Amino acid sequence: MADGGIGAPNKRREDIRFLTGKGNYTDDMNKRGQAYVAFARSQVAHGTLKGVDTSAAQEMPGVVRVFTGADFAEVGGIPCGWQITDKHGEVMQEPAHPVLAQGKVRHVGDAFAAVVAETAEQARDAAEAIEADIDELPAVVDMKAALADGAPKVHDDLTSNLCYDWGFVEENKGAVEEAFKNAAHVTTLDLVNNRLVANPMEPRVAIGDYDSSSGDSTLFTTSQNPHVIRLLMGAFVLGIPEHKLRVVAPDVGGGFGSKIFHYAEEAFCTFAAKAIDRPVKWTSSRSEAFITDAHGRDHVTTIQLALDKDNNFTALRTDTHANMGAYLSTFAPSVPTWLHGTLMAGNYKTPLIYVNVKAVFTNTVPVDAYRGAGRPEATYQLERVISKAALELGVDPIALRRQNFITEFPYATPVAVEYDTGDYVATMDKLEEIADLAGFEKRAAASKAKGKLRGLGVNCYIEACGIAPSNLVGQLGARAGLYESATVRVNATGGLVVMTGSHSHGQGHETAFPQVIAEMIGIDPSMVEIVHGDTANTPMGMGTYGSRSLAVGGSAMFKATEKIIAKAKKIAAHLMEAAEGDVELANGEFSVAGTDKSVAWGDVTLAAYVPHNYPLEDIEPGLEETAFYDPANFTYPSGAYACEVEVDPDTGKVTIEAFAAADDFGNIVNPMIVDGQVHGGIGQGIGQALLEGAVYDEDGQLLNGSFMDYAMPRADDLPFYTVDHSCQTPCTHNPLGVKGCGEAGAIGSPPAVVNAVVDALRRGGSDITHIDMPLTPSRVWAAMQK
Amino acid sequence: MYEFDIKSPSKLGKAVRMLRKHEDAQVLGGGQTLIPTLKQRLAAPSVLVSLAKIDKLKGISSDSGTVTVGAGTCHADVAADDTISALSALAGGIGDPAVRNRGTIGGSLANNDPSACYPAAALGLGATIVTSARDIAADDYFQGLFETALDETEIITSVTFPIPDAAAYVKFDQPASRFALVGVFVSRKGSDVRVAVTGASEDGVFRWAGAEEALSANFAPEALDGLTPSGDMIGDIHGSPEYRAHLVGVMAKRAVAAC
Repeated sequence: MADGGIGAPNKRREDIRFLTGKGNYTDDMNKRGQAYVAFARSQVAHGTLKGVDTSAAQEMPGVVRVFTGADFAEVGGIPCGWQITDKHGEVMQEPAHPVLAQGKVRHVGDAFAAVVAETAEQARDAAEAIEADIDELPAVVDMKAALADGAPKVHDDLTSNLCYDWGFVEENKGAVEEAFKNAAHVTTLDLVNNRLVANPMEPRVAIGDYDSSSGDSTLFTTSQNPHVIRLLMGAFVLGIPEHKLRVVAPDVGGGFGSKIFHYAEEAFCTFAAKAIDRPVKWTSSRSEAFITDAHGRDHVTTIQLALDKDNNFTALRTDTHANMGAYLSTFAPSVPTWLHGTLMAGNYKTPLIYVNVKAVFTNTVPVDAYRGAGRPEATYQLERVISKAALELGVDPIALRRQNFITEFPYATPVAVEYDTGDYVATMDKLEEIADLAGFEKRAAASKAKGKLRGLGVNCYIEACGIAPSNLVGQLGARAGLYESATVRVNATGGLVVMTGSHSHGQGHETAFPQVIAEMIGIDPSMVEIVHGDTANTPMGMGTYGSRSLAVGGSAMFKATEKIIAKAKKIAAHLMEAAEGDVELANGEFSVAGTDKSVAWGDVTLAAYVPHNYPLEDIEPGLEETAFYDPANFTYPSGAYACEVEVDPDTGKVTIEAFAAADDFGNIVNPMIVDGQVHGGIGQGIGQALLEGAVYDEDGQLLNGSFMDYAMPRADDLPFYTVDHSCQTPCTHNPLGVKGCGEAGAIGSPPAVVNAVVDALRRGGSDITHIDMPLTPSRVWAAMQK
Repeated sequence: MYEFDIKSPSKLGKAVRMLRKHEDAQVLGGGQTLIPTLKQRLAAPSVLVSLAKIDKLKGISSDSGTVTVGAGTCHADVAADDTISALSALAGGIGDPAVRNRGTIGGSLANNDPSACYPAAALGLGATIVTSARDIAADDYFQGLFETALDETEIITSVTFPIPDAAAYVKFDQPASRFALVGVFVSRKGSDVRVAVTGASEDGVFRWAGAEEALSANFAPEALDGLTPSGDMIGDIHGSPEYRAHLVGVMAKRAVAAC
C-alpha cells in the first residue's frame, strides 16, 4: 500500500473547511442584484383552487413580481424518472405535477403562488397577503381508505388513487401459494414501516441566475446529483438544452436521499430569474422543509413466511401498501418495487417468493428514497418475520437464520438478482464475537437486578447497491442510465485533478477518492484534488445515492487512471529508450525491468506538456483521460447486527445499551470513513426505530412538523458502537472489489432494535410478538399493559 | 419575523410605563420562547420591552429560610447555586446550554408553558412571585395553560422560595422537545408536603392533593401505590392521558425516593 493509499484511515481533508466555517453552501452564495422568493403554500391537504387573488401582494413594498400557476400553464410539470409496469401489464398512473398548483391543492405545503421581492422578509409579507379561494375537499390520508370505493381522488383525471399494483415475480405466484399450502408452519406479521422526514442539517436552497447577454441559465442548488437536475429540469420542465443550462451543487450539508429529487422550487427559481432578468433565491425554512422535502418509507405490510417441518424456509409472500404522497417524486415508483422486491430473499435460500405492492396516492407530502430506499423496508419485514417465526417455533433466532443462510456464490435469488459474493456465516461468527453474545445472559441478570428488562436483538441484512447496470434498470422502467464518469487531468508538474460525476454531501469523497489514485500511481494522496458538483466542469454523471459513489464513480476513476498510466508508460518508454512492455510503475517511478533505468512520475508528466523529447508522431501531448463506467451488476454488502436494550418497565423507555455491527463491504479504501458511515447509518436506523415518525391527522395536517414534536436522534440517545468490517468478500465485477457502505447502517439496524425490545418485554413476562416503530415510551408502555 | 420596535430600559418603572403606553407591547426576557415564536410569525407585537438591561432583576440571594431569585436570572445561574439542590438540579435540566444561559426564571413563569419545569418548582416549594405591583402566592399565580395572575402591565421581579427540609424534581422528557412530558416536584417542610405536577394536565401545572395527603401520613414512595391524579390529562402523539396519569405516579415515587 502506498502511504495514505487504499486502506489508510486518512483524516477527512474537507472537514477543515466544514469545521472552521469555510464551507461554501448554496445559502452562502449571493448574486449581484439578487431578489428573494417566498411561496404561498396550501394550509389544507386537499381543495379546489378556484382562484388566487394577488392584487394586494402586488402592491406590497419591495415586490418585484407575483407568480401563480397560470404563469406555468405553458411549462412542463415536474417529471418522474421511473415508470413501473404493474402485474396486469399496465403502466402506472402518472399524474401531472405543475410547478405551481393549478386547479387543485393536494397536500399541506403545496405551493399555489410565489412572490419575488427585494428582501426575503418582504417576499414573506407579500406571500401572506395572497388570498387563495380554496374549496376544501375531504382529504385521503390512510392508504387503505384511499383505495376504497368512493374515496376522494387526489387526482381527478386518474381512475383511482392506485398508482400501480405490482406483482413480483408474477410467474411464481402459483408456486408460492402451493408452497404455503404444504407448509409445516406459517408465520404472519403485520407491520408498519414508519414515515420519516429526512431532515438534513442544511435545508434546501435554490438560486436561479440568467445571463441575458448569452441566454445562459444557471441553477445553484442543494443537490446530490447536479447533472440529473440539469437533464430533468432542462429537458422536461423548462425546455433549456444542456449547453445553455449549468447546475451547480456546491458544498451540500447532507441529503440522505431527499436531495436526489428535482423539486418545483428549483424550476421556479430558474424560470423566474429569466422572467425578471435577475437572480432569484429561495431558502427553505425548517418548517417549510417538513412539508416540502420528500419523506421516506411509509409502507404498511403483511408478510408471511412458510417453513417445512425441519424449519427450512420454503416460501415467502408479502403484501405492501406504499405511500406515494400527492405527486410522484423523481424516483418514488422504484423504491417499493425494484429497490424492495428484489431484496426479499435477504441472506436466505428461500426458494419461492412473491411480492405484491400497491402504490397509493394520498393528500400528503410526496414520499421517495431515504437512506436505504426500499432495502430497509425489505430487511425490516424479513428480519422481523424470521424472529417472530423463531418465537413461535421455540428455536434460537440465530440458529434459525444460520440454518437458512445462502452459502454458495454466485447465488441467483428467486427475485431476479444474482449475489456475486458474500459470507453470511463469517459475519455472523464475527458478530457473536464482537458483541460478546455469550456474555449476554450475565448482562441481562445485572439489568434485572437494577429493575430493568434487558433484551437482545440480532438480525442480518443484505442490500443491493452500487446502482446500477443501465441496460437492466432500463428494462425495469428507469428513464435514466446509472453509469458514472470521471475525468482525470494530470498537470505538468505531476499533480492530478479528478472531475467526478459523483457528488459529496458528507461522504468524504475528497479524501477517499485520492487514495485510490495515489495507490495506483504510487504517489501521495495530497497530489490529487477532487472536483465535483458543477455541470460546467465535470463530465455527465449520475450523482451520489444508493451507496454507489466508490463502486461506480470510483470504478470510473480507476478506468480513467488506467488510461493515464498506459499513456504515461508510453512516454516513459520513450524517455528511457525502452520497450513499452518492459516499463513498470511503482512508488511514483517508472523503471525498466532488469535495468537501473528509471524516470520519475513528474518527469513523465512534464514531458507530456513540454513535449520536446516526445514521440509526437505516435501520441498526442497532454495527459488527460475520461472514462465512463457502467456496472455489470449491483453490489451486495451484507452483515449481521446485534442490539442490546434496556427497557424501564415503569415508563416503557428504551435505552440502547450496546450495538454491534459486523459488515462485509468487500475491499475498504478508508476504514475511518467507513466507520463513520456505519455509525451515521445506525444512528438514523435507531432514530427510525425509537424516535422518528411523521404523523398526519385525518385532515392531512402534519402533527409533528417541527423539532418540538418530531424527535431526531441526539448523541445521548445513541450508544458507543462496536463496528467491524474485517469480513471482506470483494465484489467480483468492479475493478476495486468494493461494495459500498453508506446505507448499510440504516438498513440493518431497525430490526435489531425492535427484535431487542420484543425480547426484553418477553423476558419481563409479556407474550408480545411485535410493536410498530417508533418504539416510543408511550407505545412500549401501552404494549406492556396488554 | 414581522417588524417591531425594541426598547431596553434600565429601570423597572420605565419598563412598566412602556407597557402601559403601548397596548400590544410584549415583555422580552431571555427570549427562548418569544424569539422562536416571532421568527415563525406566530406573534406580532409592535414593541418589545426587553428586561435585559435592568440589573436589579438579576441575581440570587438567600437568608435563613428563603432563597430569592431575580426574575432576570438565567437558568445556568440558578443551576450553579445549590442552596436548594432540587431547584438547581431542575434549572440544570432545562433545555440545552444555550437555553440555560439565555432563558430566565421570570420569563418561564410569566409564559407558564404547561410543559415547563419552573412552574413545578414554584408550586412545589410554595414560592412567592414578586411583581412590579404585588406579591402573589404560587397557589394563586398559575391559572391554566399559559394563563397566570399577572395583568398586562405587570412584570415579575423576583421569586422567593422557602427552603424545604427535603425536595426533589423528577421529569420524564418528551422525546422531541425534551420539555417535561411529565415532571413532578415534591417537597417536605416540617409536616407540610407539596406535590406539584407539570406537563400532564389540561389545566397546566397543579398540586396533586391525593399524593400530598398520602405523603403527609407516610413520606415514602409506597404511600403512593395505587394513586393516580384525577382531572383531565393531556393526550397527544407523545402519550395518552392514561400514560401521563401513570407517569405522574411513577415520577412522584421517584421524587419521593430522591428526597
